[in-house]
Amino acid sequence: MSPDVEIETLTRRFGTFTAVDSITLAANAGEVFGLLGSNGAGKTTTIKMLTTLLPPSSGDARVGGFSITRQPVDVRRAIGYVPQAVSVDGSLTGYENLLIFAKLYDIPHGEQETRIREQLKFVDLTADAGRMVGQYSGGMVRRLEIAQATLHRPRVLFLDEPTVGLDPIARDAVWKHLIDLRTNYGTTLFLTTHYLEDAESHCDRIAIMHMGKLAALGSLKELEASLGGGSHTLDEVFVHYAGTTLDSGGSIRDVSAERTTEQRLG
Amino acid sequence: MTIPFLHPLTGFVGKTFVITEFELRKLRHDFTELVTRALQPALWLLIFGQVFARSGMMHTGNIPYLDFIAPGILAQSVLFVAIFYGINVIWERDLGIVQKFLVSPTPRAALVLGKGFSAGIRTLSQAIVVYGLSLLLGVKLNWSPLALLNVFVVVVLAATLFSTFSLVIACIVKTRERFMGVGQVLTMPLFFASNAIYPTTIMPGWLKVISHLNPLTYVVDALRTSMLTGSASSFGMGLDYAVILLTTIVLVFIGARLYPQLGV
Repeated sequence: MSPDVEIETLTRRFGTFTAVDSITLAANAGEVFGLLGSNGAGKTTTIKMLTTLLPPSSGDARVGGFSITRQPVDVRRAIGYVPQAVSVDGSLTGYENLLIFAKLYDIPHGEQETRIREQLKFVDLTADAGRMVGQYSGGMVRRLEIAQATLHRPRVLFLDEPTVGLDPIARDAVWKHLIDLRTNYGTTLFLTTHYLEDAESHCDRIAIMHMGKLAALGSLKELEASLGGGSHTLDEVFVHYAGTTLDSGGSIRDVSAERTTEQRLG
Repeated sequence: MTIPFLHPLTGFVGKTFVITEFELRKLRHDFTELVTRALQPALWLLIFGQVFARSGMMHTGNIPYLDFIAPGILAQSVLFVAIFYGINVIWERDLGIVQKFLVSPTPRAALVLGKGFSAGIRTLSQAIVVYGLSLLLGVKLNWSPLALLNVFVVVVLAATLFSTFSLVIACIVKTRERFMGVGQVLTMPLFFASNAIYPTTIMPGWLKVISHLNPLTYVVDALRTSMLTGSASSFGMGLDYAVILLTTIVLVFIGARLYPQLGV
């Protein structure tokens, strides 16, 4: 079975700055694939290209079997996306936030209500569906976003920093639902994160990005073993391949964006 | 995952109305802005309108000044509401919403047009306010169904035009601060370089030329012809509609091209 996400020498430049430098990798169907790197490493830009928000400068990728450059609309039907910034509307109820996307993704009218109820149950938000999302906690917002992004049962779910700004309990709840998605529906999860614990605990395979380049790729075991001699932590693996610790790097824009999300969810 | 077959056009129209529907649902949850927006037309009609009507300074032919200005104030209302509504695309507290729309299989033009139409529906509340005030002030309004339909259509189209214009500017300037500066610079000239509160006949030559290039002039003309009894159109309703429609289509086209830049 061909991979759900196949990236081929994908590059993105902004003027003279190369944010993503010719990366090549693939994520298999049903995998939890983590793109790990500090702020400014190029993870979000990569996700934006894969979700067709941003065209690549060169290279291509196939998502769900469709080319991001030549078949963007087909890619959009096959994917769900949970951006880093809050993406649900606080001036609508939880139910309404799901209804709008049920309509935009062409879920047949007769099935809409059932599907929405299913999704709400899946993320434990049935009781709060009628409340305005502006009143939801950070964890509830993220869970609603997951419900919204998977309403149309996409093959691949992209998540950009899914647990940023969440307390540990909320973080665990979000991961529980994400893993359930893979278990119940075989959804491929392709996410970016700069939290080592998340990558260590949940990802089947990890790619380390640093300054736009792909620094390492493999399962946690493979990466740890590649360092040789005794056992190593992911922290050490990261330092080895990226040449720096995980919390370095990033511009004020990255920090500001992250803080905005933390504020909104916290 | 089921994808029912949809003719592209019905799909496009359907998606446009989905966007509009949800903007209206938001309004249903909180309609205080409709009340606060009613203040501006009230001030212009009750104060400015009455003062200048009494002064006898404005020569508006066979129509009393208050009658003349009422459609102009409605157009002004539509302009202001639409311009400041259009910018809520960058004022959306959470840009993730824009990204979610752009990642969905919704045509970009449907996203832009949907928002434009919902600006139109919002400004209809302004039309009700202006009609109410005009009635109070003794303006001779045309209550025939065809006239009212014309007003309805022109108001919705004009709001779509100006909110899309505003969205285009928002996509270009990208930040709220820059937009606020630009927004003011745009609305006042558009309003004063039109026939909203004075006829083009009394304008100096250069201003007359500008007013003829200003879409708001044609909006006002269409509204004046439809709202009042005994008011003939300066340009012909056909030309008014043509200008409004064409400008709206061009702006939606440009907006659809620029809107994705906000998702980056």
